[in-house]
Amino acid sequence: MTRIVVDPVTRIEGHLRIEASIANGAVSDAWSSSTMFRGIELILQGRDPRDAWAFCQRICGVCTTVHAIASVRAVEDAIGATPPPNARVLRNLVIAAQAIQDHVIHFYHLHALDWVDVVSALSADPAETSTLAQSISDWHDSSASYFKGIKARLKGFVDRGQLGPFANAYWGHPAYKLPPAANLMAVAHYLAALDWQRDFIRMHAILGGKNPHLQSFLVGGMATPIDPNSQAALNIDTIASLRELIAGARRFVHEVYIPDLLAIASFYKEWAGYGAGVGNYLVYGEYPLADGKNAPKFIPGGVIRDRALDKIQPVDPKNITEQVKHSWYAYQDGDAAALHPSKGETHPTYTGPKPPFELLDVAGKYSWLKSPRYEGQPMEVGPLARMLVAYASGHEQVKALVDGAVAKLDVPLSALFSTLGRVAARGLETALLVDKIGDWVDELAANMGRGELRIHDNDKWDPSSWPTTATGAGFHEAPRGALGHWVHIDHGRIDRYQCIVPSTWNAGPRDKDEIPGPYEAALVGTPVADPEQPLEILRTVHSFDPCMACGVHVVDPKGRELAHVKVR
Amino acid sequence: MRGSDSTFRRELAARGLTRRDFVEFCAGVAALLGLPRGAAAQVAKALELKRKPTLIWLEFQDCAGNTESFLRASKPSAAEVILDLLSIDYHETIMAAAGKRAEAALAGALADQRGKYIAVIEGSIPMGADGAYCTIGGRSALQIADEVCAGAAAVIAVGTCAAFGGLPNAAPNPTGAYGVSDAIKGIKTLINLPACPVNAENLTALVAHYLTFDTWPELDALHRPLFAYGTSIHDACERRAHFDAGQYVERWGDEGHREGYCLYKMGCKGPATFQNCPNVRWNDHTNWPIGCGHPCIGCAEPQFWDRMTPFYQHLKDVPGFGAATDIDKVGAIATGAVAATFIAHGLVQISRKPKRSKAEASSAEPPASEERK
Repeated sequence: MTRIVVDPVTRIEGHLRIEASIANGAVSDAWSSSTMFRGIELILQGRDPRDAWAFCQRICGVCTTVHAIASVRAVEDAIGATPPPNARVLRNLVIAAQAIQDHVIHFYHLHALDWVDVVSALSADPAETSTLAQSISDWHDSSASYFKGIKARLKGFVDRGQLGPFANAYWGHPAYKLPPAANLMAVAHYLAALDWQRDFIRMHAILGGKNPHLQSFLVGGMATPIDPNSQAALNIDTIASLRELIAGARRFVHEVYIPDLLAIASFYKEWAGYGAGVGNYLVYGEYPLADGKNAPKFIPGGVIRDRALDKIQPVDPKNITEQVKHSWYAYQDGDAAALHPSKGETHPTYTGPKPPFELLDVAGKYSWLKSPRYEGQPMEVGPLARMLVAYASGHEQVKALVDGAVAKLDVPLSALFSTLGRVAARGLETALLVDKIGDWVDELAANMGRGELRIHDNDKWDPSSWPTTATGAGFHEAPRGALGHWVHIDHGRIDRYQCIVPSTWNAGPRDKDEIPGPYEAALVGTPVADPEQPLEILRTVHSFDPCMACGVHVVDPKGRELAHVKVR
Repeated sequence: MRGSDSTFRRELAARGLTRRDFVEFCAGVAALLGLPRGAAAQVAKALELKRKPTLIWLEFQDCAGNTESFLRASKPSAAEVILDLLSIDYHETIMAAAGKRAEAALAGALADQRGKYIAVIEGSIPMGADGAYCTIGGRSALQIADEVCAGAAAVIAVGTCAAFGGLPNAAPNPTGAYGVSDAIKGIKTLINLPACPVNAENLTALVAHYLTFDTWPELDALHRPLFAYGTSIHDACERRAHFDAGQYVERWGDEGHREGYCLYKMGCKGPATFQNCPNVRWNDHTNWPIGCGHPCIGCAEPQFWDRMTPFYQHLKDVPGFGAATDIDKVGAIATGAVAATFIAHGLVQISRKPKRSKAEASSAEPPASEERK
């Protein structure tokens, strides 16, 4: 048995370390460790709850809208603020734009190099690449001369001898299966996607001033004024800009991303047999289609246990707990306790080796992530969970997308429970959203047309309108999965704040019963041809789209001083 | 070895970039840097002929927002040329290699390019718990930063966390997090590009300046390039006329809000914040926070999470509130927590009057660090 360490796991957000045992050419055991901690929830204590969204937003600069959304929802729930219809529509727009852009970046810039051999692209025939590209898509950039240019550029880059971010990688690894023509096509689209994401996210600048870290969120609504008769507000001109950006996104997703996804997946169908993971899925649901607490959502919530698609249960947040047996935190009642986030107590107590170190003590505490559990069970969250719950709930568009992809790849529906299924679900969700997002622009325009210009619940802005103490929760489906914020407000100030985020669900360590988290479970059985080149481990880990900075948090209700530090 | 002019042209063509696109980009860079007319050609020539300098981008207590911002650099294809003009030998978010291979890439770059590489640092550096609050490959952020900064030709701290400690440094600073200037001593050339996140335009302009002139632009006492941080948001704000005329937003969505009135009473920190957002804007000049109706939160300023909060409480005693007044006297009158920021800037403003040499600027102790001694 060989013990290997992958640290840093690159092409992710944040700091992730995987330790794994390899036996008989496959992972026999794996440990997922988050190696960075900031303490944002502690920093929030005592502050104005209306400021919290900006603090929480900085948990992550990749999924830069998600914590802001969850935070304003939590505070609104606590103080009883009611955002007007335009705020719901504007939020749906920024949430969907985030998901679409984030998924594309993940596929091309964070994940593709696990499947695409850049060096192999150098030996591609541009004419053959063109034939391949035109056989799967109507995308305009598909001529032989276009691919010839890309190849020449790639060759020029390699010939200069400065490979930069492509240096030292696993090129030539036997696990790479794409023919050179497909590799060249993917490299071309890696570059095209880099341009596209930058253009498309101007949508966030229009609606939020800038990206990353949009600045138009408010407790009780949104800060972006709407007025068809003003240049300083969202008007018909901005509606036209949004429509143009969305039209471009539909083309890119349907003519580049989805064809590439299916083409690449067709060479890697054996990955439908690896990376299944825990088999439990949790979805809060997203995109409210009407106002009010019980409004229907475009993507439904639900819980699936043991891959039983015929037994979907509604989510009850009361069933969520967090454990710390293998996390660098201490509970007052010890490591056997499991606490609901509204009662969450956390005291960081690092017990790992002093840096620099070679190996973590995985028998003890080994991660800055806690272990969240639903009814005591680990749950996978994210696009696969959402597509499974929607599919099993009879969501028509999702059923059509999933059935279409499964048929095209000629695999059974059960292939979704895998590394490949995770990658595919992310793409299918992008296709779903890119066809839906325009509806919310239409809704915004319709509101504008009938003089519905309200963006905010001003009646609940002043803290004097709030109850003395208030508790609330805000739920959201982030690109990477189910996100919850819990807040307790006392005399207009934050008394307690807690987040349970997608990458905590997915990347968390073993729990008090030694049951592994979703990454850890999914890695077991993943083949590893060469322990010195753990490409296959990256495939399964990246299929979850790790976002580690999101995963780490702390709240300490007593406000204890956590670190004594002297600046050198 | 160097990309010849013709190679470069081929690369441009391969990206669908015309020569004109590139010249336009260079003109934009020259304008942003405040260079004289005609400098665009110099920028273009330098960018074409220079060897790709090695860049090592480290992420510590970060959110990757600055990395994402970098990926949004405007003039889309031309910004990619900037990527091509650097050899980014280590950047965890984009690099293909992982684990040992990634560490080997870093070690190789440090050895081969010692004294020549540019280090970019994103995120704060935690000093608590013997460095255990942030480790990469088993080493602490501090251990890695010490090694990388020691051999760097220059260190660029991108974003407010790396520049001034940022969010992790906010009270009660649970992990003992600090910016580069406080955590690592003895850096010869340190450039701070604060903001949350850094505006990609300012990062690419800074790099272009270096590639063009082999030197770094003039810095202020906080190590910030004057071209990007020399003017307050308030002074360059498109809504300034409304401030001077006493026209304010009073409630979210009211007529004044829809008409683009001044956001001062809603908490705008533009008068106490020095950055070029109003001119450069964000995301290919599409918009900026005040342009979308939300107050500035002062994200480029030291300790803004403590000094600029509550965000929706307006600054006290900004001269001119309600009537046209000389905003330049602001430093003398401001009070409370915000006063420190004003005064810091007031001093910076004064010191700029006679142009300061780079050496003087670099040796000045940032007020941010003095406060913690």
